Amino acid sequence: MTFSDVMTLISNWAIPLVVALVCFWAILKKVPVYSIFTEGAKEGFSTAVMIIPYLTAMLCAIGMFRASGAMDWLCAILDPVTSLIGCPSEILPQAIMRSFSGGASEGMLADLLAQYGTQSKIGRIASVAQGSTETTFYIIAVYMGSVGVSNARHSVAAGLLGDLGSLLAAVAIVNIMWF
Amino acid sequence: MMNYIWVGLVVIAVIAGAFTGTMEGVLNNIFDFANTAVEISLGLIGIMAFFCGLMKVMQEAGICDKLAKGIAPVMTRLFPEVPKDHPAMSAMALWIAANMLGIGNAATPFGLKAMRELQTLNPTKSIATNAQCMMLAIGTTSVTLLPVTVLGLRAAVQTDGAAEIIVPVIIATTISTVVGIVFTLIFQKTKRWKWENVIEKEIAAGTLELNEHYAGGENPIVLPEGYVCKYAEEE
Repeated sequence: MTFSDVMTLISNWAIPLVVALVCFWAILKKVPVYSIFTEGAKEGFSTAVMIIPYLTAMLCAIGMFRASGAMDWLCAILDPVTSLIGCPSEILPQAIMRSFSGGASEGMLADLLAQYGTQSKIGRIASVAQGSTETTFYIIAVYMGSVGVSNARHSVAAGLLGDLGSLLAAVAIVNIMWF
Repeated sequence: MMNYIWVGLVVIAVIAGAFTGTMEGVLNNIFDFANTAVEISLGLIGIMAFFCGLMKVMQEAGICDKLAKGIAPVMTRLFPEVPKDHPAMSAMALWIAANMLGIGNAATPFGLKAMRELQTLNPTKSIATNAQCMMLAIGTTSVTLLPVTVLGLRAAVQTDGAAEIIVPVIIATTISTVVGIVFTLIFQKTKRWKWENVIEKEIAAGTLELNEHYAGGENPIVLPEGYVCKYAEEE
């Protein structure tokens, strides 16, 4: 078995195992699992519906941008930089957006997945980069704002370097595991 | 910000389409991608519902609290300024635990409470303390065990291999969090961002305000005689 086989195996087992263990543990704790599950699922429904407008706005704009040929120009400009680290330049717009807007970067990820496939290099790197970090500016604005702190000192810089770290890690891991 | 990006994308697309003669493609993509957006969103509903159901069960079963207890020893090292039994500690631990499990909705109230508690340890009104910066370094880089939305989007496009990114995400999110923590530790000692230096700078600029609700005893910041805060005057 190769390294990537093992990783894939763990990825395949993770969710079913977690689902089974959580439910078993919960029933031991006398939690009414079924009704709690459906109650939570209702929240999931509204979360998914909530992102439809953002997804539509972003996907249509990106779709226009892509069809016009402007995306090709942007990628041609970015390519010399990103190819140095083995990252397809198509990902960069999404990676930059990741720090600013969760909804918009999710839209861009959806576009990359639909365009290139979920198991393409682009689709995999974009998925890993999207999942491994949070929307830096949003988090800082919400939490610092909630207590009236206006001088966030080094937290923006640290957060953005973390985002960069997640992108580089995503590129490295995907290249090692699959390509 | 988003306004400019979105308008920029649309306007540049139309201008570029005019130049390259691809206006028909631009038009078609509006309709195609609007459809794709809804298809993906509909595909997302089921998976989001499933995982949010599971999250709720985790929460009710007290798995979040267990996890929070598990990470407590690490917390005391990351937040040396915060007393061990301070309510901020438990709120932060719960916040991080909820984030790890992907319970985004439940995480926010914990995070807001943690921030409020940390603010009672802040001698100033508007300058982030080292502890507050550290908490957000962990928050912005996220520690995820289940990247629910990404899983959902992948599965909405193609079920096969949707979950293959779980292990890579866990590795990458750990790396990004370590990067965020390390840089926070480095930055808080630099000339530009060091706590004492920032205080000095704000006193010189007349923008420093003391926190009247400081709960750590006597306020450690001694303002120079005759100091008047700019904002206080305006009121």
